[in-house]
Amino acid sequence: MSIEVKGLRKRFGGFQALDDVSFSVGQGELLALLGPSGSGKTTLLRIIAGLEHADAGTVLFDGHDAAARHPRERGVGFVFQHYALFRHMTVFENVAFGLRVRPRAERPVESEIRRKVNELLGLVQLDYLGSRYPSQLSGGQRQRVALARALAVEPKVLLLDEPFGALDARVRQELRRWLRRLHAEIHLTSVFVTHDQEEALELANRVVVMNEGRIEQDGTPDDVVEHPATPFVLNFLGQVNIFHGRVQDGTAWLGPLALEYPEHPHTEARTAAGYSRPHELDISRSDDGGGLWGTVSDVRMAGAVVKFELLDDQRSPIQVELGREQYAQIRAIIGESVYVKPRRVRVFMQEPGG
Amino acid sequence: MSVHSTDRRPSQPVRHLSEPPVVRWGLTAVALAFLALFLLLPLVTVFLEAFGHGVRAYLAAVAEPEALAALRLTLLAAAIAVPANLVFGVCAGWAITKFEFPGRNVLTTLIDLPFAVSPVIAGMVFVLLFGRQGFLGPWAAEHGVRIVFAVPGIVLATIFVSFPFVAREIIPVMEAAGTQEEEAARVLGAGGFQTFFRVTLPNIKWGLLYGGILSNARAMGEFGAVSVVSGKIRGLTNTLPLHVEILYNEYAFQAAFAVASLLTFLALVTLVVKTVVERRLGVASEETRPEAAVAGTG
Repeated sequence: MSIEVKGLRKRFGGFQALDDVSFSVGQGELLALLGPSGSGKTTLLRIIAGLEHADAGTVLFDGHDAAARHPRERGVGFVFQHYALFRHMTVFENVAFGLRVRPRAERPVESEIRRKVNELLGLVQLDYLGSRYPSQLSGGQRQRVALARALAVEPKVLLLDEPFGALDARVRQELRRWLRRLHAEIHLTSVFVTHDQEEALELANRVVVMNEGRIEQDGTPDDVVEHPATPFVLNFLGQVNIFHGRVQDGTAWLGPLALEYPEHPHTEARTAAGYSRPHELDISRSDDGGGLWGTVSDVRMAGAVVKFELLDDQRSPIQVELGREQYAQIRAIIGESVYVKPRRVRVFMQEPGG
Repeated sequence: MSVHSTDRRPSQPVRHLSEPPVVRWGLTAVALAFLALFLLLPLVTVFLEAFGHGVRAYLAAVAEPEALAALRLTLLAAAIAVPANLVFGVCAGWAITKFEFPGRNVLTTLIDLPFAVSPVIAGMVFVLLFGRQGFLGPWAAEHGVRIVFAVPGIVLATIFVSFPFVAREIIPVMEAAGTQEEEAARVLGAGGFQTFFRVTLPNIKWGLLYGGILSNARAMGEFGAVSVVSGKIRGLTNTLPLHVEILYNEYAFQAAFAVASLLTFLALVTLVVKTVVERRLGVASEETRPEAAVAGTG
């Protein structure tokens, strides 16, 4: 099933949780809603699920207005951040719940329910835990029960709210891989909310980056990493160095850096900033132009990369990441002066008045 | 902590793990003495006095028509008040914990009102409200309903004094449980009734049980409020506590204690019912209790 969200607005008291949000999810897509806490991503997911009402805007499922449908007919499976398992029911009964509450005419017979629940428990690799209670399970197991429960009603859309947020790093990795395999297997249209950019980039086919109730960018993981639409996206998707300055006459003057900037050929100067990721900077010992001098203030070996912190002449820090081999050629130590040159700078003009 | 330090110094005796025996025994003795003085002694006295003139006199006092009428009335009032309070308590708890609405805090405070107000005043309020000169009195008289100095007044007063118990017990439980399980049920396609009976009710059943028991104890034992609205018409509007007082004032001590022992029996029956229900619910869902306890602290 495809989802189309048009012009959603939602306000909680004085807080604008969603401000004119529109996007769509194609059949079989695995989409991530990525953003910091308070960016409105969970509210958006809850509105799609029908757990919250929008002040304005519509949610269309396959072109039909979803608001008119009872949750039962929406065909939505929802996985809550803290699992929300029924704690007085066994794992088996938790998964069976969605089938048991169906109207008598649509309810499968007991043997069919058993077969279905056992099949789902097999799918999430928990068939041996059917008679346990949620309190006896680990976090990862609970999360998988929650997923099996959501899938039991044969949803056409799967919505997951911070599905791995409450789990430790290793379990999270494992579940992530497992969820991706599952998605490849059953190909269910899925939307998940996360504040972890790594999770979003690794898992999703498409990422919607949100901030303060608005969509900052909607694109493939590659898009948002390589072609961030706004400084916010750039900042949110990892560490970045900022060079402040201005643009004028087709050139960006960013401190000691001068770059071509054909997007602004006008004589009127505008405030701007250039952004480079730590791995997009090179270090050398000679001034070959297009860079700046800095003093090494910290060197850390971090696995496959070496992390430098340099101070420019304003004593503001610049982060640089070099590969082991590059580092072997430089071998700069703390206190030394080195020449830093960005291979790539993304320039964003500030909005007038902003 | 303590285990850690004993590991390091195995030769030292584990002194700080528990209080010295003197303190332990002392505290236990104080608790037991207190219980004996304030609980056991009065209880024994009731039964000693009740049976002081022999079993026959006891049975005669208990089987007296007026005593039986009082027993019936007390049971009737409790039988109406407790279910009413259970329904009200769940409604109030639901409203307060699952929704945000203006006046929510006022409602929370109002629920405690019967605890704060003296029962006698509560009784007076009903007399003023439904009495002949009262605000609703003429309307009630027109419709041929007697409220004050009749059974309805007694029931109303009983409900008033016993209603906070259920709400008080289940509001913290509901608050700790949150709304996520209900939301999960809704997305899975459950209707309102299904959600309530399959998800909410099992989560609050212990609170309901304890609230119901406290509410019942208060309903059967209430004296002040009921004594104002009852008018103490023997055989008609006397509850057991009122009947005890009347007998006592007439120097019929043995009869007074015999009737009082009936109230004590009712209390014991309540405790037995509680234990039985607890055991049954406990067998049905061994797992929910520790979880609920944990949720309660969080």
